[in-house]
Amino acid sequence: MKPVSFRYFAPRTVDQALELLATHGGEGKILAGGQSLVPAMNFRLARPASLIDINRIDSLDYVREDGGELRIGALARHARFEGPVAGGALGAFLPRVARHIGHLPIRTRGTFCGSIAHADPASEWCLLAATLDAGFLVVSRRGRRNVRPNEYFVGALTTILEPDELLTEIRLPLLGEDWRTGFAEFSRRAGDFALAMCAAFLRFEDDRIVEARIGLGGATDRPSRIAAAEALLTGSEGAPDIFREAGNIAAETIDPLEDIHASAEYRRDLVRAMVARALDQASAR
Amino acid sequence: MSLIGRSVKRLEDRPLLTGSGRFAADITVPGMLYMRIVRSPVAFGRLAGLRIAEALAHPGAVAVWTAEDVADIPPIGFRMTLVPGLEPYRQPILADGHVRFVGEPVAAVFAADPYTAEDIADLVAPEIEPLAPCLHPAAPPREYAPGRSTEATVIAKAYGDLDAAFAGAHAVVVLELTIGRHSGVPLETRGAIAVPEADSGILRLYGAAKVPHYNRQALAAMLGLPLDRIHLHEGHVGGGFGIRGELYPEDVLTCAAVMRLGRPVKWIEDRYEHLVAANQSRGSVHRVRAAVDEHGLIVGLDDEFWFDQGAYLRTHGVVVADLTCAMLPGPYVIPAYRSVGHVRLTNKTPCGTYRAPGRFEASFVRERLVDAIADRLGLDPIVVRRRNFIAKTAMPFRREFSALGTEIVYDTGDYAGLLGKFLNRVGWETLRADVARRRQAGEMIGLGLGFFVEKSGLGPFDDVRITLGGDGAIEVITGAASVGQGVETVMAQICADGLGTGLDHIRVIHGQTDRIARGMGAFASRVTVMTGAAVTIAAAKLRDRLLAEAGRLLQTAPDRLAVIGDRVVVCDAPSGPSLDLAAIARSAGGELTADATFTAEHMTYPYGVHLAQVRIERDSCAITVERFFVGYDVGRAVNPMLVEGQIAGGAAQGIGASLLEEFVHDASGQPQSVTLADYLMPTISEIPTIEVALFEDAPTPLNPLGVKGAGEAGIAAAGAAIAAAVDDALGRPGAVRQLPITPNRLHALLAELPAEQH
Repeated sequence: MKPVSFRYFAPRTVDQALELLATHGGEGKILAGGQSLVPAMNFRLARPASLIDINRIDSLDYVREDGGELRIGALARHARFEGPVAGGALGAFLPRVARHIGHLPIRTRGTFCGSIAHADPASEWCLLAATLDAGFLVVSRRGRRNVRPNEYFVGALTTILEPDELLTEIRLPLLGEDWRTGFAEFSRRAGDFALAMCAAFLRFEDDRIVEARIGLGGATDRPSRIAAAEALLTGSEGAPDIFREAGNIAAETIDPLEDIHASAEYRRDLVRAMVARALDQASAR
Repeated sequence: MSLIGRSVKRLEDRPLLTGSGRFAADITVPGMLYMRIVRSPVAFGRLAGLRIAEALAHPGAVAVWTAEDVADIPPIGFRMTLVPGLEPYRQPILADGHVRFVGEPVAAVFAADPYTAEDIADLVAPEIEPLAPCLHPAAPPREYAPGRSTEATVIAKAYGDLDAAFAGAHAVVVLELTIGRHSGVPLETRGAIAVPEADSGILRLYGAAKVPHYNRQALAAMLGLPLDRIHLHEGHVGGGFGIRGELYPEDVLTCAAVMRLGRPVKWIEDRYEHLVAANQSRGSVHRVRAAVDEHGLIVGLDDEFWFDQGAYLRTHGVVVADLTCAMLPGPYVIPAYRSVGHVRLTNKTPCGTYRAPGRFEASFVRERLVDAIADRLGLDPIVVRRRNFIAKTAMPFRREFSALGTEIVYDTGDYAGLLGKFLNRVGWETLRADVARRRQAGEMIGLGLGFFVEKSGLGPFDDVRITLGGDGAIEVITGAASVGQGVETVMAQICADGLGTGLDHIRVIHGQTDRIARGMGAFASRVTVMTGAAVTIAAAKLRDRLLAEAGRLLQTAPDRLAVIGDRVVVCDAPSGPSLDLAAIARSAGGELTADATFTAEHMTYPYGVHLAQVRIERDSCAITVERFFVGYDVGRAVNPMLVEGQIAGGAAQGIGASLLEEFVHDASGQPQSVTLADYLMPTISEIPTIEVALFEDAPTPLNPLGVKGAGEAGIAAAGAAIAAAVDDALGRPGAVRQLPITPNRLHALLAELPAEQH
């Protein structure tokens, strides 16, 4: 369980990193928190010829509110989101999600953007980004682009990121006080990868739901929103019955993953349960 | 005040708590080579050849070995088995002709650092023609090797007239039960560091555990070394659980490499290797039936099972199946009995013993059966247990067969008494009322119980030498091993109690073959019983010698003297003349020594009960163990805190085995649980406080202290209790037929439930 030899670079600036990526990115990997990459290297499942360690690029270590958005730099660690980082409904929501990510040592090193770049189907942050239609700021020597989730996530562990590109920032909408939120996740043990999870965001006006965002993760190869469930909820008063129905819709919509921990049928029922739980939670707030 | 029975804090903890422990991987010597094992990627196949030219051409390659290079070294033999004819199933140290499980060693690579060794190992290309693997133990047997069946042997134990029992039965209850394959997963993986000692010519193997003396003999024989040219040394051991410390191919290869390459060789197992190559256990399928009368009395019990042995028979031979047959009747009378165990070779990691071998399985089967009998007859499961218990007045109680080569004679026990006291202690009626109330409120919640008889204190002997030095230090040299269970503390307590001293100057030696000629090591819940008894005898002898010498110096009869702390005083004049222990030793020629041997032909049989309270979430299929109780009669507890610690650790493993831990394989025999993200050990979040009720009502007459073993009590009936609790929560007796009860399996069970219960 020792990695294959690799070249190691530790740039100090984004420009240096992009320069290195342009040269070595094809057979290289970016090292941020390393909580997925390093185990994969130790198992020799990943054999990058070069590691470009961005941990010394201080300018990427930030979480700040700007223009109604939360901007998360590439070095913001998971643990940071266990404490308050923003106001609004999003600010209250983040700590509830963060504590589901692995265990404390993992959260202390692993990064928000690293999780997005890795695109594990069971990533809480990928689910959140997909549900809230986050902005993904991607830069390279060729220029910069702002990508949206429906385009960004291609499949399990697969994104549109090119070998020379660096994901430098994620932008999440802060969400006004009229949003209510819910999050439910099932894993076999505390800290395990989610077998299914749901993030629910409901905006109420005069006791009616005027906008709904229902995201699913862990159950399929990439996070996704369930448009039919969102449509069902929009305009309703958000009663338990309709939440069950939204769960049913989500369960029937997806093509669930199967592994040794959960059959497709069990995952489908887990989705049903997690959607209902997340919506119950959101309506209760 | 006696030191026996006191919860003294562990003497061995200082280095462990201050980060100065010395585990296998901490041992490094100059000029060391690192070994890396190339393992089979295929479950079953013909090993047509191995391409090693590229590996040998690597500039860092010191040596690359295949089976040809070690053809003179025999396969690893059996430490424990009385069954003849099993030799063809032994594992060669490197695969020869066939590969039989994913993870089987096929080549060994030696290099100056572990990174290079792994790089070179990557270059070794085994040429394997895959064959159809055998994965299910109950599938029809087939050819293992020419003339050899995959059914290595059939173990059978029986007594009484079974046919008559079933012919005259009021009812016959039949179950098919499956126990998943799981194992002990110590925090410290295996390790072997073999070092040549230039001036003495002695080969020293560090990283030993469990049975250093046995392994020394086995290694000497396999490698053609005179016994005085090899010694084994146990350092700190990060968990054993029966699987660590057995002799494995890697241990033999490191020693052979030292002999051939002339340099120290280090091998440290990584976690992937551990999860595919270290002993696994438990996997079995039971078909069991009971003949009962109208009161629930079991008049006959008939069990047939198929044990998933994996690809080879390792050091334990067929001990797990043997113990399963022997321990299945447990606490019940059962006048007619038969158990037939088929030991089946499969293309999975070989099996050995894991904490409570045979008892975890047997308790699950037996207690599931008792619950099913109660359900069939409409009786309270506790009532059925009481009706079948062996009475206190029937002790000692002889079963008409043996286990581990010893006749089974339950020495002492009051099973009904323990159950009564335990239910009283846990507040059984209150627990039941709380569960009923919460169930009324809509929760799925249940209670389940499993009773068990344990075995402990396996002989045949243990030697101890206690030496009082001229500096006042007392050294207790044992042939025991410590895998973390508190050996040093317990032996020091027994020694101090016997001598009359305190604990401060006592040092307990274990696991060092150059300090004592013979030793049995640590397994089968034997150390406190066997080594403890030898310490008791040696301490009494040493005390007599001390007092005789002191009597001479003080001109006082020894029977008027006593040891108090580190001095000998005159009993009726404690403030009068006294002697320092160190001075007595110096006067006696520099030191005083006493040797003792304790022998035992029979094991001693402790017993206990597990009780679980579980909650099921209907929508997610989550199962939470809310409370877990263990009642246990240990005969006499030398250190109750350590007994409770042993039980708590075992219970955690029992909960893991019942709900989480399983080695899963796909249809081609590829193991699917090769990381700790897929082989799910319980963590502190999944384990409730283990509530232990310890009893000392049935001390054994078989050793001077009256103690019975405690090492495996926490796990023995955990599967039985949790299965019963899940049944109870589902409101469906007998629903659980397979361990572990994963959410996936519970999901399938819930789908079978009648609609009104959804």
